[in-house]
Amino acid sequence: METIWFIIVAFMISAYVVLDGFDLGAGVIYLMAARTAGERQVIMRAIGPVWDGNEVWLLAAGGTLYFAFPLLYASSFSGFYLPLIVVLWLLMLRGIAIELRAHMDNPVWRGFFDVVFFGSSALLTIFFGAALGNVVRGVPLGPDQYFFEPLWTNFRVGVNNGILDWYTVLTGLIALVTLTIHGALYIATKTEGDLNARARLIAMRLWPLELALTVAGLIATASIRPGVLENYKHHAVGFVIPVVVFGSLAVMMHAMIKRSVRIAFLASAVYIIGMLVGAAFGLYPVVLPASTDAARSLTIYNAAAGAHGLSVGLIWWALGMILALGYFFFVYHMFRGKVRLEGEGY
Amino acid sequence: MDSALLVHRIHFAFTITFHYLFPQLTMGLAPLIVALKTLALRRNDESYNQAARFWARIFGISFVMGVVTGIPMEFQFGTNWSHFSRFAGGVIGQTLAMEGVFAFFLESAFLGLFLYGEKRLGPRGHWWAAFAVFLGSWISGFFIIVTDAWMQHPVGYTTAPNGSAQLSSFWALLLNPWAWWQYAHNMSGAVITGAFVMASVGAFYLLWGRFEDYARKFVQVGVVAALLATLLQIFPTGDGQGRMVALHQPVTLAAMEALFQTQPGAPIVLIGQPNVQEHKIDNPIEVPKALSFLTYRRWKAEVKGLDAFAQDQWPTNIELLYFSYHIMVGLGTIFIAIAVVAAFLLWRGKLFTSRWMLWILLLALPFPYIANTAGWMTAELGRQPWLVYSLMRTADGYSKTVSAGNGIFTLLGFMGMYTVLGILFLFLVRREIERGPEAAVETAH
Repeated sequence: METIWFIIVAFMISAYVVLDGFDLGAGVIYLMAARTAGERQVIMRAIGPVWDGNEVWLLAAGGTLYFAFPLLYASSFSGFYLPLIVVLWLLMLRGIAIELRAHMDNPVWRGFFDVVFFGSSALLTIFFGAALGNVVRGVPLGPDQYFFEPLWTNFRVGVNNGILDWYTVLTGLIALVTLTIHGALYIATKTEGDLNARARLIAMRLWPLELALTVAGLIATASIRPGVLENYKHHAVGFVIPVVVFGSLAVMMHAMIKRSVRIAFLASAVYIIGMLVGAAFGLYPVVLPASTDAARSLTIYNAAAGAHGLSVGLIWWALGMILALGYFFFVYHMFRGKVRLEGEGY
Repeated sequence: MDSALLVHRIHFAFTITFHYLFPQLTMGLAPLIVALKTLALRRNDESYNQAARFWARIFGISFVMGVVTGIPMEFQFGTNWSHFSRFAGGVIGQTLAMEGVFAFFLESAFLGLFLYGEKRLGPRGHWWAAFAVFLGSWISGFFIIVTDAWMQHPVGYTTAPNGSAQLSSFWALLLNPWAWWQYAHNMSGAVITGAFVMASVGAFYLLWGRFEDYARKFVQVGVVAALLATLLQIFPTGDGQGRMVALHQPVTLAAMEALFQTQPGAPIVLIGQPNVQEHKIDNPIEVPKALSFLTYRRWKAEVKGLDAFAQDQWPTNIELLYFSYHIMVGLGTIFIAIAVVAAFLLWRGKLFTSRWMLWILLLALPFPYIANTAGWMTAELGRQPWLVYSLMRTADGYSKTVSAGNGIFTLLGFMGMYTVLGILFLFLVRREIERGPEAAVETAH
């Protein structure tokens, strides 16, 4: 039962990263790719009707995490207090920027929110990457299974880490580059002309960096936490994951050369899922490793809610997901196709 | 009081109070927008659709504010109240996760279609989008109330060996009688805000002499909705909620009324200042025996005063609790008077020319917000000193690892950010009202 909920939470987080990832990435390339007011409008319209729904996956994943693993929620949210509150502020600024920007057709107003949108999107990708890095690397859990991390200490990976050290900065960079490419490819699927060309160019130029960072990330992870390799050693099926990761990178490049951006975008989604599943597979059944004493690590067993709650939850969760997926297909269907400015807007 | 505890309490109180200014308007306006759209279809009158578009723009601005200020609420359970979450997550995690899965997806999916999809959906499809947004916002409210109701009156749980509360009956949690009274009371409170805002904007236009066709529709729909909601607010919902408190939190009832001595035929204090040091009310104006009657339906029934309970069971801030409760009830009574008189004038066909009444409707605008806020303060202050009633004290629930310094740092950050959000909200809404209903077209990103 705990394993099922581990998979469900991992699924919801992956759905969040793949979906909100593309509108975060669209925010990162926003100022670079869109040069004119019209082009910026196009990017906003490409994500406008869907970004909020995408972000809801984060809230739903958070709620589900709280429900299934209350101790993990309590320990990690209070321990990552400062970065999480900063993430909240960034999410708020970004939501405000996207929605309020449209309300006034004034270059100063829009120019301000353009920069807020870019800045909050870029910082969020880095924070999310660093957060994942923290979970993989481990945190200084005390005997009561709580901890508190400052934002940074000495940038070394050790027992008393800060949120930021060289490893989590690296994972933050991986997230930034990955989601920038993901967003650029999404924008390419939704646009035509110069904007489309610039978005593709950004994705092409960043691809070698993504490849290099992926390799660096794998080596770094294996060296600071050799434990993640245990699951792979015992269950050889796990080696499918790196094959998928590098395979999707290859497909992405191939598709970009052939200018089939839709396939490149899907390959990017597969790459993201592969990276996240790889991390989850390496961690399982641990959900928050202790850098202090492995016995204090939070696992799906010691962090889970009671059995009755978990089994009841399975019923409503399945029902709710069917409904949610229905809404999503409907909304994406309604707003399908390329964004054009003239004629009917959304 | 431990300073970190105080910081975490103010942190939550500030962010939730600011947050709830927005959902009460969106939850209140949503059914009124559905009503306008229904009238448009029924009467085949496009001007009702245009009126709905105007309110959809204000709804949209308020909704954005509600969404962005709502995200920190869920997070704060973990960041600032981790010991509470560890204790109670096995129960209230259910309802918070269900809110995400059942309400947020519905709302967010259809809000986009509602705000940006009218042309694509056609009139009937757009009615359904409006209805889905209404449903989503009310489902969201339901799960939050069930969560709060469990903290007020815990049911359907067992205590696990590690001391945490775990769900034992899903249906007991959802069918908690406290939750249903509180939900009904809260939602009619939200409709009061929506209705008064709509009537107030209509009255403003009539007094200004602009957009009068639309203004009459706003006043009409607003006043009718206000009449229904204000009456429901007192009876049966307020009465039912009050009897829940009397039954399950008698010490809270005594503190709300500042009833220091247990007595038969207890009075209700209309006005007066509680003097907690001397255990009496200063300058009281009372209705004799009314509290006994309202609580037990008998004039001579004995009502327990604060003296019947150990002092460590008393709510921690009796004065503020007393005033919150009295402000809520006092304003609720005034709202009924306004709604009844306005509805009477509407029925006689005199409302749109009664400038004095239009002035009252215009100036009533902020008071439903105050009443709703005071109502929530009554509920939450009344629960003290407990975080989960009789199970966990507030002093045991906050994040012990998060120091007062970190708490103040983020509290100040939220205060700064919310000041900016408040200014932006007022600026944009003022602009929409000034431009009026005729200018309202679909917002495009």
